[in-house]
Amino acid sequence: MVIYGVSLLALCSLAGLLLGEALGYLLGVKSNVGGVGFAMLLLMFLTGWMARHGKFKPVSAEGLRFWSAMYLPIVVAMAAQQNVLGAVKGGWVALFGGLAAVTASILLVPLINRIGLEKHHRESDWNPIPEEDRK
Amino acid sequence: MNERLHQAILSDGLLVGFAVTGVVMWASYWVSTHVTRGRIHGSAIAVFVGLVMAYVGGVVTGGKNGIADIPSLAGIGLLGGPMLRDFAIVATAYGATFQDLRRSGAAVLVSLSFGLVVPFLCGGLVAVAFGYHDAVSITTIGCGGVTYIVGAVTGAALGAKSEVIALSIATGLVKAIAVMILTPAIAKRIGLNNPHTAMVYGGLLGTHSGVGAGLAATDPRLVPYGLMVSTFYTGFGCLLGPSAFYFLTRIAFPV
Repeated sequence: MVIYGVSLLALCSLAGLLLGEALGYLLGVKSNVGGVGFAMLLLMFLTGWMARHGKFKPVSAEGLRFWSAMYLPIVVAMAAQQNVLGAVKGGWVALFGGLAAVTASILLVPLINRIGLEKHHRESDWNPIPEEDRK
Repeated sequence: MNERLHQAILSDGLLVGFAVTGVVMWASYWVSTHVTRGRIHGSAIAVFVGLVMAYVGGVVTGGKNGIADIPSLAGIGLLGGPMLRDFAIVATAYGATFQDLRRSGAAVLVSLSFGLVVPFLCGGLVAVAFGYHDAVSITTIGCGGVTYIVGAVTGAALGAKSEVIALSIATGLVKAIAVMILTPAIAKRIGLNNPHTAMVYGGLLGTHSGVGAGLAATDPRLVPYGLMVSTFYTGFGCLLGPSAFYFLTRIAFPV
């Protein structure tokens, strides 16, 4: 059933977020540390394990695919509630500070990207999607 | 009659969110195909339209939650809020592979370290250039360059002035928005078309909303890899900001 996939997704999300809260508490940080990341790893592990044991039916996967496909619209809704006015009102300090941070980080991407890249390309079966298929 | 219809819209807010967002997506993809001839991807336009809506919402209501501050459109806030956002992010991990993650371990650690320090330095230096010379303000604004959450948390922990915290949050917002808009535009030039680079990107840019929206507009399959890394970014930033970053800044600017 579709709900099995959705339920598994909810369980992984909750478990990951709780783990992230606990880690934040232990580190004395007022923020969730890695909760979503733990949840993702848990989901990858569980779906992989269940698929290997023939327990994860394609129809359950539909529940995951639906929410995965909803990410982009959700991001658009998220963008629509950012405090864009606040960013604009921040003036020159915010503008220069933010853009400098982004520019410097982007410039570092090709440099740090080289670490382990060859190994990755040699072993990965990843193929970028051609432009035409991305509709 | 009017009152009753309004009430119905308010109580079915999430449905309004689905409907409006769907229309935005459709219009954006239409513009992408017919106006830009496919040069700018529909998802990138949709995110940009979302930001414009947020600006309009801010101007109309004077609030902080963009278009979601307009009561009849509050459902957009529900759809794009933390709960469904995190739920959908975790769902994107379905289909990602452990092998791709494991191969990039070293690069991820390096990118996270530089990703936290470099934006902090940029934000801090800009703060100094604009005449802030006390360690608390410099650290707070510098942490805004990391993410707006790190900026807010650090500012509160160090007891920074409220206008400095506001400035720090604004710096982080500029960063998040810039990443959303720039990522699809520069993806080709920096080779952002594989899981490895997506993880490095997530570690260097770190802002969760920016990286997520940027990668979704570039290639949705890259989203889980980038976000897997950037999910640790804000947490570590909140850890380093009020501690290591502050102490080092105080050595440079003892007051």
